[in-house]
Order: sequence, then C-alpha cells, then structure tokens
Amino acid sequence: MSDITLNAAAKVAEAAPRSAPITQIGFVGWLRANLFSGWLSTAVTLLLAYLIVRWAIGFVDWAFVNAVWSVPNNQTQACRDLRGTGACWAVVTEKHRFILFGTYPYDQHWRPALCIALFVGLYIVSAMRRFWRKELALIWVAVLAVIGVLMWGGVLGMPYVPQERWGGLVITLILATFGLALAFPLAILVALGRRSQLPAIKAICVLYVELIRGVPLISLLFMASVMFPLFLPEGMNIDKLLRAQLAIILFAGAYLAEVVRGGLQSLSKGQYEAADALGLSYWQKTGFIILPQALRLVIPPLVNTFIGFFKDTSLVLIIGIFDLLTAGKTAIIEPAWQGFGIEVYLTVGAIYFIFCFAMSKYSQGLEAELNRHRRH
Amino acid sequence: MSQTTIDPRSLRAPPRRPLRLSWSDERVRAIVWQILVVGLLGAIVWWLWSNTVHNLEVRRIATGFGFLNREAGLPIAENLIPYSPTDTYFRALLIGLLNTLKVAVVGIILATVFGTLIGIARLSKNWLLSKIAGVYIEVIRDLPLLLQLLFWYAILQGLPGPRQALHPVGGVFLSNRGLKLPWIEWQDAHSYALLAFALGAVFTWFYRRDAIRKRIADGRPRPVWPVALGCLVVLPVAIWAAAGAPWTVDWPELRGFNFRGGLNMSPEYFALLLGLTTYTAGFIAEIVRAGILAVPHGQWEAAQALGLRPGQVLKQVVLPQALRVIIPPMTSQYLNITKNSSLAVAIGYQDIVSIANTTLNQTGQAIEGIAIIMVVYLSISLSISLFMNWYNAKIALVER
Repeated sequence: MSDITLNAAAKVAEAAPRSAPITQIGFVGWLRANLFSGWLSTAVTLLLAYLIVRWAIGFVDWAFVNAVWSVPNNQTQACRDLRGTGACWAVVTEKHRFILFGTYPYDQHWRPALCIALFVGLYIVSAMRRFWRKELALIWVAVLAVIGVLMWGGVLGMPYVPQERWGGLVITLILATFGLALAFPLAILVALGRRSQLPAIKAICVLYVELIRGVPLISLLFMASVMFPLFLPEGMNIDKLLRAQLAIILFAGAYLAEVVRGGLQSLSKGQYEAADALGLSYWQKTGFIILPQALRLVIPPLVNTFIGFFKDTSLVLIIGIFDLLTAGKTAIIEPAWQGFGIEVYLTVGAIYFIFCFAMSKYSQGLEAELNRHRRH
Repeated sequence: MSQTTIDPRSLRAPPRRPLRLSWSDERVRAIVWQILVVGLLGAIVWWLWSNTVHNLEVRRIATGFGFLNREAGLPIAENLIPYSPTDTYFRALLIGLLNTLKVAVVGIILATVFGTLIGIARLSKNWLLSKIAGVYIEVIRDLPLLLQLLFWYAILQGLPGPRQALHPVGGVFLSNRGLKLPWIEWQDAHSYALLAFALGAVFTWFYRRDAIRKRIADGRPRPVWPVALGCLVVLPVAIWAAAGAPWTVDWPELRGFNFRGGLNMSPEYFALLLGLTTYTAGFIAEIVRAGILAVPHGQWEAAQALGLRPGQVLKQVVLPQALRVIIPPMTSQYLNITKNSSLAVAIGYQDIVSIANTTLNQTGQAIEGIAIIMVVYLSISLSISLFMNWYNAKIALVER
C-alpha cells in the first residue's frame, strides 16, 4: 500500500505542471460560469439570445435599412408608403432646428446653441472636484448672467428676442439649472429650519416640505399658471416661464431639503457639541463645521435628485411652455408630419438620455470615490 | 472633598434665570427671530390674500364650492360608476378620483411584481439576463415619464384598426381602440364566492396566528394548510356551485367597426398603465436589489447550515431582513405612482386632475379646483404613508 503511494507521489513530482482545463479558464471558462452553468441557465441564455437577435434585426431593418432620411418639400408620401416597416427620420431631419430651438428667430440660432454649450460647460466644471470652491458660485452667477444676455439680446448688436419666442432644449436647461441654483439655498435654509429648536420656524418648514411633497408637480404648475395671476395686484404680471420656474423652485426646494436634512442627521452629535464648546455662534457652527461635512455626504443623492428634476421639467408641457418635449410634440402637429411621433420621441428621448445618463454615471462614480475610505 | 455633596439635579438642568430683555439672552433672540419670520410670512400671505380677494371681486368670480352641485355637462369616457353629462360636477370629480385610484392601484400591483422580477434578474448569475435587466433599469430611469407616456400612446395610436387588430392569443385583441380581454360575465354567485374567499382569508390569518402562538407555547406543530384549503378553496367553490355554478366567458368579438363584449382597456388607460408600470418597475427593481444585497452573505450560509431548504432560506431568513430595507423607499415609490398618475392629463385619460382642470376652465373656479386636486392627493399620500408606516413598524426589528 505504502509502496504504491510512494510511486504515485514520485510520478506526480516528475510530471510537468499542467494548466487548468480549457473548460475552466479563459473565455470558455467564463462562458461556462456565466452563461451555461446549468440547464436552466443555458435555456435562459439561448432564449434571450434568440429574442435579442430577432429584435435587433427587426430594429435595424426599421431604423436603418427601410428608413427614409429626407423628403423634398414636406412631401411625406414616401414615408407613408412604408406603412410602418421603416422609420421616417425625415421628420427629424426637417424639424431638428425646431425641436432644439423652438420658434427662436432662425438666423439667431447660434445664440441658444451657444447657451446650450455654456450650460454643458458649466455642468462639466461643476462636476470636477478641483473646482469645488467658493469661486464656483461666482462662476455660476457669471455664466447664468451671460446666458440671460445671449437669450434676450438687445445689446452688442444682438437683436432683442422676447421670451415668448424661446423654446426647445435651451428652455429645458434653463428650467433645470436656474431651478437647482435657486432651490438649493432654499433647501439648505429649510433643512436647517426643520432641525431648528425654534418651534415656530420648525413648524413652518415641516408644513412646507410635507405639503409640497404630498401633491404632484402638475398641481403646482397649474397653480402657477391659473392661480398665480390672481395673487398679484392688478396691473402686475409675471410671464408664464417665470411662474413655472417659481413652481419648480418651490417643488425642488422641498425635495432637496429632505436630502440635505439626511446629511445633517448623519453627522455625529460630537461635531455639534465640539462646535458649541469652541464658542462658535449658530451661523459660524453651521457654516464652518456642519454644512461642509453634511453637504459632502449628500452629493450623490443630490445628483440623483437633480436627475429627477431634469426629467420633471418636461411636465411644463401640460401648461404649454415650449421646452424640448413640447417642441417635439408640436413638431408633429402639422398634418404633413402627423403619425411620426415614435421617431420624434426617440430623438427627444436620446437627448434626455445623454444628459441623465452622464449625470447618473457621474453620481455612481462619485459615490464609489467618496465611500472608498469606508471600505475597511 | 467627601463632605461637599453635589445635588445631581443641578448638573442636568441649569437654574432657570429670569428672562432679561437683552440681545445677549438666547431666549430673547429666539423669540424675536420667530416673531420676525412668522410676521414676515404672515404679511406676505395677507398681501397675496387681499390681492386675490380684490381680483376675484373685479372679475366677478364667486368663491365657494356651490358650483359642485351644478350640472357638469362634460362627457367622461371611462366611468366605474354610472355617469352622464347631466350629472353634477361633484359626481364628475368623484368619477375622476375613481379613475385615478383605478390606475394607481393596478399600477402599484403590476409595478411591484414586475419590478421585483427585474430586481431579481439583475442579481442573476446568468450574465446575459443580469445585463439585460441592468440596461432596462438604466434606460427607463433616464427618460422622463411624460416622454414615455407620449411614446406608448403614439405606439398605441399607430396600431392597426379593429379589423386588422393584433391577435396574439385567443380572445385578446390589441388595436388602436385599446386592449380587449375575455372576462367572465359577473353574476351574484361570483360576488358571494369572492366574499366567502375574503372572509376565509381573514379567518385563516387569525387561525394561523393562533396556531403559531400555541406552537410557541407547547412545541406541538399544528398544520395550517387544511384550514386554509377549506376556507380559501372548498368553501368559495361550494358556494359558487350551490348558486348554480355560472360560468360564461364573455369573449370580445368584432361587430362592424368595433369590438363588443369582453373587458375593455382604452388606449389612454392602457398607455398610462404601461408607462407607469414600466417606469416605476425600474426604480422598484433597484430597491429590491439593494434590499437583497443588504442581507449579509453570512445569513444565507447560516440558514443553509441549519438545514433549511432554499425556499425556506428566502422566506424565513432573507426576506424578513430585506423587507426592512425595502419598505421605506418602496413607500415613496407607491406615492410616486399615485402622484405621477396625474400625468394622465397629457394623453387624455380623465383622472381627477384632468376633470378638475376642465371644471376650473368651465366655471372659472381656479382656487377651488386646485384646492380639490391638492386635498385629494394629500389625503391619498397620507393614507398610503400611514398604512406603510404601520406595516413598517410591524416588521421592524424588535430589539431587547
């Protein structure tokens, strides 16, 4: 017995080290582990692969092979002849300026286009951690002022464009960005107020947050559009875009306040007590000790909330403000282009998706980065 | 040292000083600040209110809810209870509320089921399934709901007419007139059987609770399933059979240019339900995934080591812990479905917002119309929060 064991051991020692079987490592191993690990998994993989291939072929046929890319002079007969077998991208080719810029004067389209570029630049700069300083607030004020000048014009040789003619993507960006920029300070005040020890202030903040969060944004927008004019003294009027912007700020303020409050609550009590022990006043304590830590904690949920508002600005469609989605919906009202909603909504959706996807990936990356020190 | 005794109460509560009228007294500052803020807000509200009263007088709009008793004269396509345009505004708004609840309740159930499935698929070991679920979640969450609703509605409107309706399985027709499903012809016997089932469910629940209590007391197992079978299956079926066992399926059929019979879902309702369900399912999937991941792996292994079957591991060990993480964010998703159902107005489904909006346009009662919308949503939100808070408290970890 022991003989045999000895011999076997000697044999193994002589053999050259072998690599793992081909079925366990590399590509094949990966396939076996992740796609074909059992009969159920294999069946699911095959079924899904079949469905994906079938769907992809159908989609490529519809979107590219059979598609019509342009038609002369709004003659959409070529599109109608497809009877749904191919996409009519001609509607996008024809109306893309309208979808992006609304009824802004055609020869001035470079102005909203430049504004869109400025907005995107502003987002990118704000996303970089090296710019997270007090000066960032100044950059925001400056860029938003430049955007206002560009859109209205009336100076530097740019003709004046009334607000009623603005439209498209730039309105969506204005509503979202100004909404956030003004809702954020409001949210901080409300969040602090909700944790305040002064009963009257606490009650006001709780009432505000719970009231706003209990009703849909649409009801606030309706309020801004039909009720707000009744609130103002006779002769005083605020234009519709500004009223909708106010509704969005009030709405966003309540939701952001809850996010900020989450950050305030997650700070340990010792931070508050240490600040008190140093003899700091309430505002010194809040500004130097509490807020810098609390806000840093809630940046990822803040970005997620911002994605939500970016999407929610599309609700202004219901009160007739000309944002990106409204422009898309209006583009297909014309009889010649009726019935090509799917193509337009896919295009508009792609624009929303680019913005939201970028923000969502950024938020995920940031969360991982900010949580790195907790992984021990 | 030992002779000096300190009264421990004096350490906790500083002696109450008399209030000095000085800016350096914290309490004085607090009172002054509060008076200032309340006064400022009160002044703003008073200013807005006096403007409103003045404007209403100038425009000769009567305030109050008297208009609710007037004849509405607005046609409503979908109504759960009988309605005609000669009915009052009150009844029209009631129909709207029922329509909101109809889409919200069905949406909550479907989104929970669909979202849970996607959340589990996201955690699947099968790479392809997990990736598809991931792409679905990412895409659906990054597009505005309103856009998705318009998209679904555009697709439904682009479907062929009733004569060329899509016909995937027997009795189901999908056309630009909506979705038609077969449905049983509802008779009294069905209502009785349903009532028996509901009562049986309540009884079974109490019986089960009692059985568990007794088992904890004396250790003897008491099977619940015979009672459950009797109360939930045998009794309702017996009642149904005793009432003549009516069973007529109402199949939709094409008559002329439209369908007759069956269960009808209008394109508006179908698009809204589809949009709300698929959108919210994307969020619910992430909540379910986070909830399952929140249960430490050791819990799975410990449960397996105790010899529990995989189903038992999930039901007795993992789910109770995951639910604690899942319930609070799930509550806000349910609230979101209810609030988002107000987007119905964009595709012409007549929910409470749509009907209140028509009402305020017809009567000019803007303040009352919006007040009705807000009160309705606040009550729904409050009811859902109260129920979910009760449920959350029930399943919360009981610590000694």
